Amino acid sequence: MEFNKIEDILEKYFQGETSIAEENQLKEYFSSSNVAQHLEQYKPMFGYFSQVKEQKSTQEIPLKAKKRNVAWLSIAASIVVLLGIGTYFFVSEKNAAQAVAQSELGTYDDPEEALAATQKALALLSNNVNVGIESVQYIQEYQQSKNKIFKQ
Amino acid sequence: MNQNVFIELINPFKDKVFRLAKRLLTSTEEAEDATQEVMVKLWNKKDNLDAYNNIEAVAMTMTKNYCLDQLKSKRAGNLKIVHNNFTDREPHLDKKLEDSDSLAWVEKIISQLPEQLQILIQLRDVEQYEFDEIAKIVNMNETAIRVALSRARKKIRESMVNTHSYGIQ
Repeated sequence: MEFNKIEDILEKYFQGETSIAEENQLKEYFSSSNVAQHLEQYKPMFGYFSQVKEQKSTQEIPLKAKKRNVAWLSIAASIVVLLGIGTYFFVSEKNAAQAVAQSELGTYDDPEEALAATQKALALLSNNVNVGIESVQYIQEYQQSKNKIFKQ
Repeated sequence: MNQNVFIELINPFKDKVFRLAKRLLTSTEEAEDATQEVMVKLWNKKDNLDAYNNIEAVAMTMTKNYCLDQLKSKRAGNLKIVHNNFTDREPHLDKKLEDSDSLAWVEKIISQLPEQLQILIQLRDVEQYEFDEIAKIVNMNETAIRVALSRARKKIRESMVNTHSYGIQ
C-alpha cells in the first residue's frame, strides 16, 4: 500500500472524517510489519485499539427475578410473625387459666384443721414414697443372688 | 421474555458494555459491577424492552450514565490523592517500565482525556460504532461528535509524539 494513501487517510482520521472502512484500513496497515519509518509512532495507538477490543467480561450475570423472592420472603416473614403472636396468646391464656384454678383451691381458716390436713397429706406422700422403696428392695435381692452365682 | 432469550439478546453487546465501563472506571472489578448493574436494570425492564428499537444503544447509554454517576459520587466522597509531591524521588525507573510497554502508554494517555472524549474514543475507535449510533448513545449531534473525536485523536497524537521525542533524549 502506498504511503501517500495511508497518509491521506491518517490526515482525514485526525480530522474525524474517516469512515469505519478507512479506519479498518489504518488498523490493518499499522498491524502489518512494513510500517514506514515516519509513521511508526502511530503503531501503538492503532495496536492498542485492536487489543482493547479483545477484552471480555468473564463474570456471569445473575438474573434472578428479585421481585418474586421479595414476595416469598414477606409471606414467610408474616407467617412467622403470625405464629409468634399465636403461640404467645396461646401460652399466656393457659397460664391465666392455671392461675385462676390455683386461686380457687380451698384454704383452711382454722389452724388446727390446716395442721391435720397437712399431716394427712404428708402421710399420704410418705406412704407412697415407702411403697416405691419397698419395690426397690427387691433389686438388692437380685444383686445378692447374682453375686452368689457369678463370683468374681 | 425468559432468561435464555434475554441472554441471547444481551450477548452481542455485553462485552462492549464491559469495555466502556472499564474505560471510564479503570478497574476491572468495578467495570464488572457496572456491567452487572446495567444488565440487571435491563432485565427488570424486560417487559417493555420491545418499545426500544435499539437495545444496544440503550444499554450503552445506561452504561455511560451509570459510570459517570459512579465517578461523580466517588469524587464527591473521596479526597483525591495527588502523587505529584513525591514523584521526583525516583522518576526514571517507573518511567522506563512504562515506556517499555507502549500500549500501556496509550491507555494512560487516553485515561487522561476528559471523560466525554474517552467515551467517544471508546465507541468509535475501539467498538467502531457508526456516527449515527454514537449520536444516539451520547445524545450529541454528528458534527459535534466528529469535532470532539478529532480533538481527542489529536491530543493522543500530541502526547504520543511528546513521549516519542522524550524517549530519544
